Amino acid sequence: MPLRFVFSGGVHPKGNKNTDDFPTTRLDSFSSVEILLQQHVGPPCVCAVKKGDHVHVGQLIGRADHPMAVPIHASVSGEVTDVRFVISATGDPVEAVTITSDGLYTVDPSCVPPVINSREDFLHMIRTSGLVGLGGASFPVHIKLNPPKGKEPDVLLINAAECEPYITSDFRQICERPDEIIDGILAVLQWLSIPNAIIGIEDNKPLGQEVLHHEISKREAASNTHLPISLKSLKTLYPQGAEKMLIYSLTGRKVPPGKLPYDVRVLVMNVGTLRFIGEYLKNGIPLVRKSLTLDGSALNTPGNVNVPIGARIPDVIAAAGGTKEEPSKIIMGGAMMGVSLDRIECGIIKANNAILVFGSKESRIPPESPCIHCGRCVTACPMHLMPTGIDQSARRLDTEGLAAFHVLDCIECGCCTYSCPAKRYLTQSIRNGKTLLRIERARAAEAEKIRASESNQAAGKEDRAV
Amino acid sequence: MKLQVSSSPHIRDSVTTSSIMRDVIIATVPAIIASGIIFGLRSVLVILVSVLSCMFFEYISRRIMKRDNTLSDLTAVVTGVLLAFNLPPTLPYYMVVIGAFFAIVVVKQMFGGLGNNFVNPALTSRIILAIAFPNDMTTWKLAEGPFNFVKSLQGVDLVSSATPLAILKHQGLQGAESIPSLLTMFLGDKAGCIGEVSILALSIGVIYMLCRKIITLWIPLTYIGTVMLMTLFIGHHSIFDLFTGGTPTADTWRQVLSEPVYMMMAGGLFVGAFYMATDYVTSPITTKGRIFFGIGCGVITVLIRYFGNIPEGVSFAIVLMNILTPHLDKATLPKTFGEVKQHEKS
Repeated sequence: MPLRFVFSGGVHPKGNKNTDDFPTTRLDSFSSVEILLQQHVGPPCVCAVKKGDHVHVGQLIGRADHPMAVPIHASVSGEVTDVRFVISATGDPVEAVTITSDGLYTVDPSCVPPVINSREDFLHMIRTSGLVGLGGASFPVHIKLNPPKGKEPDVLLINAAECEPYITSDFRQICERPDEIIDGILAVLQWLSIPNAIIGIEDNKPLGQEVLHHEISKREAASNTHLPISLKSLKTLYPQGAEKMLIYSLTGRKVPPGKLPYDVRVLVMNVGTLRFIGEYLKNGIPLVRKSLTLDGSALNTPGNVNVPIGARIPDVIAAAGGTKEEPSKIIMGGAMMGVSLDRIECGIIKANNAILVFGSKESRIPPESPCIHCGRCVTACPMHLMPTGIDQSARRLDTEGLAAFHVLDCIECGCCTYSCPAKRYLTQSIRNGKTLLRIERARAAEAEKIRASESNQAAGKEDRAV
Repeated sequence: MKLQVSSSPHIRDSVTTSSIMRDVIIATVPAIIASGIIFGLRSVLVILVSVLSCMFFEYISRRIMKRDNTLSDLTAVVTGVLLAFNLPPTLPYYMVVIGAFFAIVVVKQMFGGLGNNFVNPALTSRIILAIAFPNDMTTWKLAEGPFNFVKSLQGVDLVSSATPLAILKHQGLQGAESIPSLLTMFLGDKAGCIGEVSILALSIGVIYMLCRKIITLWIPLTYIGTVMLMTLFIGHHSIFDLFTGGTPTADTWRQVLSEPVYMMMAGGLFVGAFYMATDYVTSPITTKGRIFFGIGCGVITVLIRYFGNIPEGVSFAIVLMNILTPHLDKATLPKTFGEVKQHEKS
């Protein structure tokens, strides 16, 4: 039995993996889609189409001019009927292209399997495929795969933990497309010259482990070589799939606060991201579709669906079977870290892996009561912070206290709020605290700059006077 | 369509403040039953008076301060039971009511209610009562209970008796006739406060609280461990007895080893360590803080028990450490995941 690291902290929310037996169904019956032109962390894309243009699946509609940006492609074939600014799920104004589908899904002729001869080709291919981190963070993958000199990773970690309750879309992809996952892993290992890969998967998904194990041994038998990919079972514990926790669980390495995974020589990629790389190598169609889990008490038929990016949530829900009660909360993402939407008309984005539709009972928010200092939040915090201390400092607008409690190290996993018996809105308060401290620091830096320039001017005057 | 918007996470654990308090109340039931058996109905009535007056004062003080009614969080009930646990079974009822007033109104609500009191309400109130009514708070009567353990032995109805702690303090184990056997100490047929006598009953409650993850063992174990270890060194029959006066006899061995065990089971240490010192509001939130808290309680308890003017020191020890709690929390702030020494320097 190999040594298994387990991070301390975390919570055991009810898994609610109601949909893990439900194969992914492809839904195509969308009359129109609304595709945001910013679906990655970084500056937005520049619109490459205009109203009235006819587009094919995979055709570029958002040009990535900035090195951090990732291009956006049409997910249906049809006519561009609108280009306008909309409010994204997170509340930011973003330009969006509306395409009315002709229902044919004709693929753009430029979509051909890529030819790769070098590392640069590979990174270029990753970028042109429109790939962002599909675990939820939407970080541009071509940036992630290009670590600074001297910090090249010596191991690739594949995040298949899927620790969020309800979500089973990664698990379904493992069961349905293990070949593409292994292809993707091997490609990354090859072109980035990483010697090893470890797939981390929680021990509540024995079938997923089985399937991947079978796929690896099948290939090893066929080629009579040893694949540098190992499988590691992780304890089922939320947030096992959080980057820092996963790195610790799989390698025993700890990422220091404010540092990135490559500082401890690892590269972490979501299993869905790698599956897409494997698929793209085969057919060359950019990231235009997304598999996601639909669940929640208000739905008639929970399940896993594969939809074009930009498909509007009400259309997806309707196509998947509709609702049995009026939804009172819709969450983009998981129940622990997802964003609850204030309007239903949002389009699916690349990083979506679940849409949860809660009925009135599930969406009830319990009232807050005073903190009883039970310490459950402290025990639950995987980052070893003191959530209740941050909460109190944030409510007092005490930036010194916030800094002393290391508010900026919080990963917003939600364990503290989940475990709090007094039902305090700890994570929310901590988010406020982060903003508060950042504003305060920016203001201090600004004041410092002004002071410095003033004293420079004063010094200059004195010089002249002399 | 009206959609609810809230910050993540969107699901919550089922544990609530009142479910925790309900579990604590359940954990006190064995000791309540034991007190009824040992001291008779009156001890149960004292508990009842204490609980009802705590609830009354909680309701009325919140009402007067124009705050919302908090009876449903059950904390007043817990305070009532724990206060009664620290009172002699013969205490006049009006004194119980006065105790409830101090616990709920003065110590808890006047500092802002649940979560804001800086000392344990039940223990502070007990200290106030002990100073205000020294006689009634130290009159110990035995053998009123239906099983009449002691009555059958001594042939009288009511016996004024010294507590085992007082015997220990003034005579050590030499006056071996008057001190109960270890088994009696464990079962609880001894003089003492309502809730502290039966170690057996308290242990059942502790096991329940541990199973329900209401308390952790850090404070009780370090507290009791410190008391027993210190007793071994500074007790009447200390470990040094073994090295003076030639080869130790079996009797010396017995005395040296049993004094710490007596110390653990006598007085309010057991109930204090498991039910009072673990009070969330007034004990540290970090594991390290809890360890220091337990050790501090242990040291103060032993010093009072052996060198103080009064036989018992548990309530003073816990209340004194309660006052230190915010500082313990501040001093033992956990290190962020991944933080290393160099990082702190830079």
